[in-house]
Amino acid sequence: MKGKKPKNASTRSKASKASKEAFTLRLYIAGQTPRSLAALSNLKRICSEHFDGDQYRLEVIDLVKHPQLAHEDNILAIPTLVRSLPVPIRKIIGDLSNTDRVLVGLDSDGALRRAK
Amino acid sequence: MAKRTERTGLHPTSLPKARTGIPGLDEVSFGGLPRGRTTIVCGGPGCGKTMLGLEFVVRGAIEFNEPGVVLAFEETVAEMTRNVASLGFDLDDLVRRKKLFMEYVHIEPREIQETGEYDLEGLFIRLQQAVKTVGAKRVMLDTLEALFSGFPNEGILRAEIRRLFRWLKDRNLTTVVTAEKGEGTLTRHGLEEYVSDCVILLDHRINDQVSTRRMRIVKYRGTRHGADEYPFLIDEEGISVLPITSMELKHRVSNQRISSGVPDLDVMLGGKGFYRGSSVMLSGTAGSGKTTLSSTFAEASARRGERCLYIGLEESNLQVARNMKSVGIDLDTWVRKGLLIHEAWRPTQYGVEMHLLRIHKLIAKVKPRTVVIDPVSNLINTTTEREVQSMLTRLIDFLKSAQITFLFTSLTHGGAALEATDEGISSLIDTWILLRDVELNGERNRVLHVLKSRGMAHSNQLREFSLSRRGIQLLQPYIGPAGVLTGTSRLSQEAQERANAVSRQQDIDRKREEIERKRRALQAQIDVLKTEFSAEETGLERDLQEFQKAQEQVQLNRAQMARSRGSDSRAAKTGSTK
Repeated sequence: MKGKKPKNASTRSKASKASKEAFTLRLYIAGQTPRSLAALSNLKRICSEHFDGDQYRLEVIDLVKHPQLAHEDNILAIPTLVRSLPVPIRKIIGDLSNTDRVLVGLDSDGALRRAK
Repeated sequence: MAKRTERTGLHPTSLPKARTGIPGLDEVSFGGLPRGRTTIVCGGPGCGKTMLGLEFVVRGAIEFNEPGVVLAFEETVAEMTRNVASLGFDLDDLVRRKKLFMEYVHIEPREIQETGEYDLEGLFIRLQQAVKTVGAKRVMLDTLEALFSGFPNEGILRAEIRRLFRWLKDRNLTTVVTAEKGEGTLTRHGLEEYVSDCVILLDHRINDQVSTRRMRIVKYRGTRHGADEYPFLIDEEGISVLPITSMELKHRVSNQRISSGVPDLDVMLGGKGFYRGSSVMLSGTAGSGKTTLSSTFAEASARRGERCLYIGLEESNLQVARNMKSVGIDLDTWVRKGLLIHEAWRPTQYGVEMHLLRIHKLIAKVKPRTVVIDPVSNLINTTTEREVQSMLTRLIDFLKSAQITFLFTSLTHGGAALEATDEGISSLIDTWILLRDVELNGERNRVLHVLKSRGMAHSNQLREFSLSRRGIQLLQPYIGPAGVLTGTSRLSQEAQERANAVSRQQDIDRKREEIERKRRALQAQIDVLKTEFSAEETGLERDLQEFQKAQEQVQLNRAQMARSRGSDSRAAKTGSTK
């Protein structure tokens, strides 16, 4: 479940076309709260329904365990899903219960379609 | 019973407070902000909220060894660091020494999409992390309301803000939250609903193109606090707040007297001069010698070794120093010795509050025993009489409590009643010396008069004085049958009297000679009579002797005749005795 950050995704063209892992997603949660668990299961469902397995990389960060990481993506709300690639960065906050909004949030600039 | 405990709970010492270290603020809040609680600082843009919050945290770290956390929602850490670097705060250094933790929380509404329930646990975690890193006692959130632009779900946000304030309180963190002023409310988003411990309102207004900042403690639960609007200033040393007046008139009083610098004037002031710590006003028309008299006072103070702060609001210090040389007052020497601190600035340079603050700061720096301001009336040009009056009240108050003797001049305009000062502050003044020109016989002469002087038997005389190379000289008053005369009138009157005296003297001399002459004539007559008398006497004696001689001759002749007739010698003898 816990992936690695694509440190070498240097340019936009590489990331969106050449690389298989077009999406880098990070889900920030704080402890095993019902809301966090809901967000995680919602996200997994959306990903399995709308992405190919090799198309994205998902990282789950528990801020209770790694509080210093909250600074990195400037996290305030929990849960927050961060799409750090492709740029620009997108943030979706909430338990991700509304699938359409999640997809709009992830794909509002057509990144998903281009990747497919 | 319950009531009693409640009342003791209101005792000012019962509420722990965290000192801000901001000059003046600790005084008006009676000790600082409520410890372990949240204070809202609100106001319009540019009113100094961020500065106040930042100073609270930074001074806490530097002066009170209470590390702090700054969470900035509007300015980046680099910007903030730069902003306060000019105040001499090295935030980078504080961060390195783990006295301060600063974090910029960027909120970009365009990046954020909401879907479903969430909370702001991320913010809490970051805050927790920050507090833990430095062991913070103080927190500043600037400006928390920025959250409202990033999170459209106000219901969640308000619940989370409420939770945040509770969270801060539970951790006993003394917090300052800045907030934008709203229309008709203290804060735009009504944050004061959640924080009811202490609310400070800042205000920045412009009167006649001069800006004044003011601060008011709207609310401070559980403790007394100053309720007025207090002017404050942001300058190169940060914020300073001016407590307007202490509520009570409880100054220490001194019986010590200090010289005015003019011995004759001291004589007029009950023989000893001003009381230490009193306020003295010299009022007078243009050119009546106010600056000279105040310089004399300043010099006398320096000569006694009491540092004097001389604030000129009309002439530059160099000009005053030059002019005073002409009357034999050498201010430069004392400036060099550090006993006279001579500052000059334009009255229009600042608002009246800024003047007051600048004076306060100078006094704090210089620590003078005497202060001279020449003239205060110039301040009126910049603002209203009321404000100048209020400023002087506060200044006099402050100086009295510090036992600093305060002398200031006030220009009375020609035509205005001399004894009505523009500032209407006569009630504040202990000693009021009026300088005026007396116009008579085509000339003006300077006279001074002690209009009032509390607590001493002062002279009621109008005294003429002159400015010469030896400074101020009070002239002996001329009081004659024609009243008090000054200047040439006095001189001519005196000349006249001298002439009269001379002529009377001459009269007397003449009479004396006459008598002498008469005495001599009398003596001569006496001598003549004596001569005549003695001549007559001599004549008489000569006659007598001749008569006796003649008698003797008759006897002799008779005896010779008898002898020749041969008669009885006895008979001849008898006959001679008849």
